[in-house]
Amino acid sequence: MTADILIQVLVSGLLIGLIYALVAVGLTLIFGVMDIVNFAHGEFLMLGMYASFWAFALFAIDPIVALPLTALLLFAVGVIVYQTVIRRILKAPMLSQIFATFGLMILLRGLAQFFWKPDHRLIPHSLVSGNIALGPVQFGLPQFVAALGAVGVTGALWIFLHRTRLGTALEATAIDREAATLMGIDGQKMFALAWGIGAACAGLAGGLIATFFPIFPEVGSNFILIAFVVVVLGGFGSVTGAFLAGIIVGLIEVLGGFLIGPEYKTAIVLSLLLVVLLVRPRGLLGKA
Amino acid sequence: MRFAAAITEPTRTPKGNASTRRQTIKRMLAAAALLTTTALTGIGFGAAPAHAEDEIRIGVIYPLTGAAASTGVELKAAAELAAAIVNKEIPAPPGLVAGIGLPNLKGAKIKLIFGDHQGNPQVGATEAERLITSEKVVALTGAYFSNVTATASQVAERYGVPFLNGESSSASLTQRKFKWFFRTTPHDDLFVGNFFTFLGDMEKKTGDKLRSIALFNENTLWGNETTKLQVKLAEEQKFTIAEKILYPAKTTQMTSEVQRIKAAAPAVIMQSSYLGDAILSMKTYKELGFSPKMLLANDAGFNDSEFLKTMGKDGEFVISREVWALDQAERNPLIKQVNDLMRQRAGVNFNGNSARAFTGIAVLADALDRAGSTKPDAIREALQKTDIPASGLIMPWKGVKFDANGQNELGQGIIVQVQGGQYVTVWPFDVATKPVVYPMPAWDGR
Repeated sequence: MTADILIQVLVSGLLIGLIYALVAVGLTLIFGVMDIVNFAHGEFLMLGMYASFWAFALFAIDPIVALPLTALLLFAVGVIVYQTVIRRILKAPMLSQIFATFGLMILLRGLAQFFWKPDHRLIPHSLVSGNIALGPVQFGLPQFVAALGAVGVTGALWIFLHRTRLGTALEATAIDREAATLMGIDGQKMFALAWGIGAACAGLAGGLIATFFPIFPEVGSNFILIAFVVVVLGGFGSVTGAFLAGIIVGLIEVLGGFLIGPEYKTAIVLSLLLVVLLVRPRGLLGKA
Repeated sequence: MRFAAAITEPTRTPKGNASTRRQTIKRMLAAAALLTTTALTGIGFGAAPAHAEDEIRIGVIYPLTGAAASTGVELKAAAELAAAIVNKEIPAPPGLVAGIGLPNLKGAKIKLIFGDHQGNPQVGATEAERLITSEKVVALTGAYFSNVTATASQVAERYGVPFLNGESSSASLTQRKFKWFFRTTPHDDLFVGNFFTFLGDMEKKTGDKLRSIALFNENTLWGNETTKLQVKLAEEQKFTIAEKILYPAKTTQMTSEVQRIKAAAPAVIMQSSYLGDAILSMKTYKELGFSPKMLLANDAGFNDSEFLKTMGKDGEFVISREVWALDQAERNPLIKQVNDLMRQRAGVNFNGNSARAFTGIAVLADALDRAGSTKPDAIREALQKTDIPASGLIMPWKGVKFDANGQNELGQGIIVQVQGGQYVTVWPFDVATKPVVYPMPAWDGR
């Protein structure tokens, strides 16, 4: 009985952890490439959710089918944000950069509230719905598909970064911007690409959870704190680190919440972060 | 603030100044009627200091602008409907308490003077002061928000003007031992208490034991206060708390919460959630294949109109507390008739808030009539002697009768259940329109 519950809790933690990983991967990529913390990352997730919602409400396209569309749309949003806002503050003091992305967060939230009302929405029925039972362990198909999608996207991103010329160029820019420029890599293009991919990852995460999570303008704020924790824990800029840290945070949160008490689940995660930072300030896989 | 008040009350001009022609005619007619009745009965007046006796001014404070403006506008419409019925501008359905008008005041008319508190307790107090000192109102009503009602009624207490509150549910309001404060609506303590009475009733009805409960509340002030009260009542009434969870409302997953409750296997879950977490918790119940015998929700997220819209079939069988439900019209014809009048006038159905606002004005008018005077002392005395039967109200109450603290002791909450995509009244059994679906069907058995 107890073992069953424990397995169930671990599975639930793993499923949500993979979603955290996908959200954090985009965030860490942007930071890794250009040392800018994107406070509006949760809002990219929100936009991804709304993109799925409207695709469903207006054109009856299932959120899962709409995923490529959501990714494309958010890629464009990321590039536009880079070209209009971020490019101008590349050399600005860090505080200005923080305020710029923070302002962007408030702007996007405000626009969503203005155009789409502050209501909570939900996609009532999707291709993926219902439960899967594996012996005593039960989980929702939407959650399972979302986690699977998160693994797929993160995997694809890893292959892109390590096995393609463009990806390697992006990695090179992340490692040493000036040296990469000297090698003939167009830094501006790489930055825009990082923003596009980062936003697309958040958008995909939004599209994947839109099948089971309520959609509202403030939804990004529920995820962004966790995403930052994951990024720091995994090591700033490390995609693999973020992936691992996402799973760890998901597991710790659900397991800690179950064993110690749900009112402490955020505290447990943040304590873990403190401990890791004390012992290993650069995070699990961060470069020194 | 003044500006807002002027907008909401465009006809508020000194007598004989720029009133519209219709109003002048109305006033002349009223005056004529008054003269006739005075001549016939030979009774003079001398109570109201600044305004003629044909117009009894009542101050009404609501959030007419600001975040709660949409609610404020509905409350205002309901108050105006009540006034129109008292003034016999609209024929009233027989039996309605407001329908008899003000015969003891020789057919005088009430005039509502609106104030806008914008959801701000400070503004509410200032508006109360303005209404009392420069508008010379004989009584005040409002203010929807409990914290605004608290400050506005303090002003009324200082000036010695009756304040009748129809729709604020914070229990502390009538624990202040004010002399001039009266409240018709039941308060939060009673709503939480109702849950336990309901469970006792259900045990008797079904023969099942419903003694083991899980408390599942969000962790801001509301959830914490509710938890405290639930723990106290559970101890007093011999219920065991199988699990107590206070969760952060802003969360990404509720697996650990639901898993803990599932492991504790209570018969009943008592849940206080806002909309987002209400939806997420329902999704998680379903995901983990967990259905308790009964899910008792503490209003809020579960009664939001968005909840049923977004949850669809998955929202079925949730049981929640309420103050009012439209399906009560099946039981009490008065509700349907007055609701029809509301729809004609304002284009919307009554809801728990507007029905209580309507009732507030009706109860005040009843007291004014019995007072037969507009002197504050007389009105207060009449309010204390209020005894309105259930049959004169559009509320699911046993009537209106104030205790020493000014709290209506005959008020009661109702408990509704989602059945067929609607909230239907299932308790108290004597006002229920449908039987409770119990136990809640398992997810795979729906």
